[in-house]
Amino acid sequence: MKRAAAVLRGAVFPLALIAIAQIAAMAVRLQSDTLASPAAVLAAGAGAFADGSILIATAQTLGNAFGGLALGGSAGLICGVLLGSSIVADRLMEFSVESLRPIPSVALIPVSMLTFGFGFRMEIAIVAFAAFWPVLILTRSAVSGVDAGLLDVARVLRLGPLARTVKIILPAALPRIFVAFRLAAGIALTVAVTVEVSTNPLGLGYNMMLAEQSLHPDLMLAYLLWIGIVGWALNFTINAAQRRFFGRSVQVRPVA
Amino acid sequence: MVPQTQPLITFDRVSMTLGGTPVLTDIDLRIDAGDFVCVVGPSGCGKTTLLRLLGGLLEPTAGEVRYAGKRITEPRADIAVMFQDYGRALLPWRTVSGNVSLALEALGVPKDVRPERIAAVLATVGLSDKADRFPIELSGGMQQRLQIARCLAQRPQVLLMDEPFGALDAMTRQTLQDEVLSIVAASGATVFFVTHDLEEAVYLGNRVIGLLPHPGRIASDVNVALSRPRNQLMTREDPEFARLRRHLFDFIKDADA
Repeated sequence: MKRAAAVLRGAVFPLALIAIAQIAAMAVRLQSDTLASPAAVLAAGAGAFADGSILIATAQTLGNAFGGLALGGSAGLICGVLLGSSIVADRLMEFSVESLRPIPSVALIPVSMLTFGFGFRMEIAIVAFAAFWPVLILTRSAVSGVDAGLLDVARVLRLGPLARTVKIILPAALPRIFVAFRLAAGIALTVAVTVEVSTNPLGLGYNMMLAEQSLHPDLMLAYLLWIGIVGWALNFTINAAQRRFFGRSVQVRPVA
Repeated sequence: MVPQTQPLITFDRVSMTLGGTPVLTDIDLRIDAGDFVCVVGPSGCGKTTLLRLLGGLLEPTAGEVRYAGKRITEPRADIAVMFQDYGRALLPWRTVSGNVSLALEALGVPKDVRPERIAAVLATVGLSDKADRFPIELSGGMQQRLQIARCLAQRPQVLLMDEPFGALDAMTRQTLQDEVLSIVAASGATVFFVTHDLEEAVYLGNRVIGLLPHPGRIASDVNVALSRPRNQLMTREDPEFARLRRHLFDFIKDADA
């Protein structure tokens, strides 16, 4: 009951804004190339759902985001474990990492375009590049922060490098590696939509641009609203998974 | 296996320098199979370093540490180590059985044999009914029992214990001391036991080695002529116990002065 009341309280302000926007739009008989009334936005959105276009676009965007996350995230995970467990490798790669990491991922759009052309591959490549770095950096610090006591146990039990990684290091670092993927998932969606808005004729970003260029502000705003909902749902799902799988361990364990 | 004339463990003019500071100098020490050796000394005297050298976790700067005549350069399967800080020595994501299993997995014990061996060592340390619990659900004393169980699963010849009961309350400590004594008596293992508790050293050991710091060196080596099995009341009331405790107390006090 208390939670429901809190949700209702939180909804008062946005609902009031929407109501005011609707009343204002009706009062001035809004005819605009940039704005649309909330009712028109809802109607446009419903239309996009009805003909399936928004669902196809969502599948394309999420496919690109998750494809890039899977590719860049797993590469980042492997490199992060490597750099985190070997001081030699870390020192060797420090310069390369620090010089490549600051490149804004969207700056790679032209390169990726030339290499792959329009389509899934160019977008996935850019998302992978963007997702690679946070996973690499956070995994590296999670792995190098694994308690020395646990590493001593691995040594006295004479675990080999593979067994040590699989049985000690990865489980010990897992809560923080999960945080890395949570961060990277948000980045992946942002970059995917950015690539679609700017270049790639696919997905939610492209459809939103198409609506804008064909002077359909209601549809454009419907896509914007939907992208917000998708982003929120993604974040909610990952947070719920984190609570479910790691509970308090993420908060309780001190970040070394 | 090992000829009687040859000690099981030999420190041969061992010196250790860590970060430019000499931690141990010219350590000569022989330990026979079946010995229960306790090491005491003020903090910073290199007790733990000595134990880590023996465990193969460190290599000496000079001299060598030998086990059955062979130089120790890395951890050995027949030398088990029990750490002081149980919170950092057990895997929090594995159950009690899972933690014991780790030692068996490391040794390459086949999967179908493991449950039997896990059950056996858990019974030895009295944790049979906690097999499916996680370490965080256990008391400090039980977590140290679990560490003992993991060591025993290795079936070691030598047990290295680094202040294992330092963080436990007095009652739990006494119970565990007696358990360790009976486990060791049953297995015949050689024990190298580091502690800062002088009474604990006399109560458990048949030999107590005293280290002095700056740099760490062996300054006292006494035999404990107290009968076994030891008993928390009778042994501690023995005049010999009092004499040894007094001797070690004076030794440590002189070191601090």
